[in-house]
Amino acid sequence: MVPTWHYLVLSAALLTIGIIGVLTRRNVIIILMSLELILNAVNINLVAFSRQLADVSGQIFAIFIITVAAAEAAVGLGILIAFFRNRDTVNADEIDLLKW
Amino acid sequence: MMFAQGSFYVLAAVAVVSALLVITRRNPVHSAIYLIVTLLSVALLYLQLQAEFIAAVQIILYIGGIMVLFLFVIMLVKLDVALRQPPFNQQWWVAGAAALVLAVELVGVIYLGRGTAALPQAPPGSLQPNTELIGRTLYQNYMLPFEIASLLLLVAMVGAVLMARRKAS
Repeated sequence: MVPTWHYLVLSAALLTIGIIGVLTRRNVIIILMSLELILNAVNINLVAFSRQLADVSGQIFAIFIITVAAAEAAVGLGILIAFFRNRDTVNADEIDLLKW
Repeated sequence: MMFAQGSFYVLAAVAVVSALLVITRRNPVHSAIYLIVTLLSVALLYLQLQAEFIAAVQIILYIGGIMVLFLFVIMLVKLDVALRQPPFNQQWWVAGAAALVLAVELVGVIYLGRGTAALPQAPPGSLQPNTELIGRTLYQNYMLPFEIASLLLLVAMVGAVLMARRKAS
């Protein structure tokens, strides 16, 4: 039996990789993919604790997180397409219309 | 027992390595393929954790739905210019250092708390039949969140259509 804290370490690794991706990449598509990595890290935690506590509520929470991830991807990619149509770029550091 | 342990470490290594490849590849199509590998190995980890329903949902919804959406958008957006530009922004070393500190902190806390937070492991088979248990809990205890999730999906659908629509001129 793999102890629960090994799953927590895996989840922390995926979370950190996702955070690095969000903070350092310029392409908005890859930033959105890194967000999916972060949400997956949370889901691993929830399912691992659900296994340890023999309580199915953690898996229900994971289903809700997957729902939110789907909604976030749809809206985020819609915004990306609208932005690309206006400015012809997908780079996050060129989205500076409100900066001065 | 040995097989379960070994396959956990293999799957975890595959997930972490392909996650690293997701954030370092220059081409977003390659990133999407590696993200699919990560999601698939996480789905297999769910199977190991006796969460068969979540594993199926992960494959059908993430890999079949969200990743196809990503690939569609990659095809719609012209990336020739972006491919020739540097993939990382100027603050990458600050972000990397901060994330490294965060990783050390997280792993340290998890390692130090592994004994104090250790609860008795549930006996195997306690979450079976998985799909039936999830269905019962979802419709008996979590009815209102379920309805709110449906509303959220409706709002996201309307929002996505509104955002991506061509302006009627």
